[in-house]
Amino acid sequence: MTDPTSLSPLDLETPDKTFLDANELVINMGPQHPATHGVLRVILRLDGEKVMGLECVIGYLHRGVEKIAENRTYAMFNPYVDRMDYVAAVSNGLGYCEAVEKLLNVEAPPRAQYVRVILTELNRMASHQLWLGTHALDIGAITPLFYTFRDREEILKIFEKYCGARLTTHAFRIGGLQYETYDGFEKDVKTFVAFVRPKIDEYEELLTTNRIWLERTKGVGKISGQDAIALGVTGPVLRASGVKWDIRKALPYANYKNFDFDIPTGENGDTYDRYLVRMAEFRQSLRIIEQAVDNIPEGPIMAKVPKVIKPPVGEIYHSIEAPKGELGYFIVSDGSTQPYRIRVRPPSFVNLQALDVMCRGQLVADVIAVIGTLDIVLGEVDR
Amino acid sequence: MPDETKSPASPPPEGEPKPTVDRPATPGGVKATSSGSVQSETKPAPDQPAAPATPPKAVAGAPAAPAAKPAAAPPKPAAPVPTPWDSPMIAKLKGHYGSGIEPLTYLGQNYMVVDRSLIPEILQVLRNQEQFDYCVDITAVHYPKREKQFDVLWILYSFPRNQRIRVKTQIADGETLPSSVPLWATTNWLEREVFDMFGIRFDGHPDMKRILLPDGWKGHPLRKDYGILQQDNEWVQINLGIESGQ
Repeated sequence: MTDPTSLSPLDLETPDKTFLDANELVINMGPQHPATHGVLRVILRLDGEKVMGLECVIGYLHRGVEKIAENRTYAMFNPYVDRMDYVAAVSNGLGYCEAVEKLLNVEAPPRAQYVRVILTELNRMASHQLWLGTHALDIGAITPLFYTFRDREEILKIFEKYCGARLTTHAFRIGGLQYETYDGFEKDVKTFVAFVRPKIDEYEELLTTNRIWLERTKGVGKISGQDAIALGVTGPVLRASGVKWDIRKALPYANYKNFDFDIPTGENGDTYDRYLVRMAEFRQSLRIIEQAVDNIPEGPIMAKVPKVIKPPVGEIYHSIEAPKGELGYFIVSDGSTQPYRIRVRPPSFVNLQALDVMCRGQLVADVIAVIGTLDIVLGEVDR
Repeated sequence: MPDETKSPASPPPEGEPKPTVDRPATPGGVKATSSGSVQSETKPAPDQPAAPATPPKAVAGAPAAPAAKPAAAPPKPAAPVPTPWDSPMIAKLKGHYGSGIEPLTYLGQNYMVVDRSLIPEILQVLRNQEQFDYCVDITAVHYPKREKQFDVLWILYSFPRNQRIRVKTQIADGETLPSSVPLWATTNWLEREVFDMFGIRFDGHPDMKRILLPDGWKGHPLRKDYGILQQDNEWVQINLGIESGQ
């Protein structure tokens, strides 16, 4: 894994000559393409149906989030992070709040930590459900979409009851939580866990041994663990390539070290293994939620944070395991009420870079499968 | 836009009695100058505006800091200061490169401030000998008042060591850096983004062009002296024939 002379993935054997010297074909996929999950333009170089290389053109959704941050206070910027990876807004908020807390040298109280973990894991499941539904839809299986959206709805209902919003939740505050849990929160979460566990088996029944699914995903978009590391790929994509690495375990944050869970890994680093890894992550998330919901301690939900947040001069990098990979915030404070600079290290952006390597030598139809399996959100790629 | 900076900056006087007492130096300076959207102007007083005061404090406060740090639980005590970072790896690097490296720890995070001339070598050594096999991120920070305007940072992680560090250097406007694409393939897009946002070029990069903004874009938005409204006004003047948009 750490051979210093590891090959750069850019040297992978690339078909650089077309078959029988036929004409190379360059076509555009996107930016308006239903299977790119947003406005992503992919320029494909093709030999017949075979992909010889591709280039991603991104930035269509660029909103200048990092520039906006410099003109907002720390608290004002909090809702903006929800709009990067909008299907996993809770995770984004967790990463940002924790980064600022670190900079302020405060820690959220235990009760807040537990509620944060529950909501974040629920959000991880919601994100994976959305991924599964759309990914399967891209490949041609329509049914899973209805199943996953039906069940995701239950998660969004919990969010809505908790903070009033379903997607861009702004659930956390710097220093803890703004809202106490509502009456019956624990019961709702427990009901949901009991409800969704058999549903995950149901998804698996639809796909795991489905012959069409196997044909479309096995051996497609392979990437080795070594290449994945060189390309900075994180999250389920890295784990499916056999690298057992999860920030929740490697560099624990929040109170993840109090919970017992496994890191599922794959072997082949193909689309099918990535599917299996995410399915296993559903179950691990359920395990974490179950442990957390039974042990929510009593106590305050906010740490002592000054009304006007003014971190001391300094800089910090803090990252969390978002559903898509390592989500990091690098914050520079100049001692004023506004951040001097915030840099977001988005997992989707870095993972998307691997698309080229994963698609070379594959068929055009597989590009769709690989974009789906990378689980990118363009709002986060472009920020 | 410039007004927006004012509004959040003004509440402190009434709303925040405690921290003002704790850290009298900074809040005063900030309140006084809440004028522009370009924030850097708020805090340039010392000649080293924000390399978060590392070099001077680290030397002076080295022995005192460990005592101050454990006490720093709630926001009351004085702000923590960077302390020297010591490890076998650092000892080795120090032995080789001497004063070109300044290893520090801040809030439990290790980083080293490296002289620009040593960057190619240090990155190579960290990647190939010290097993930092994953480049998490590359980014930059702009300090327009400083002679060497940019801080450029590499955030590195090592899987075998389970350790994350930052390498930081300072460069002047117009100066280039060596591309790290041969070391970590992931830096391809990261370097392009730094170029796009800051205008810092990386020598030897396979495809040094903008990544998030359109090719015809003017300027580099994350520089502090980039006017947010200028682009907008120019667009409406050309396309709509009116003076300004906002």
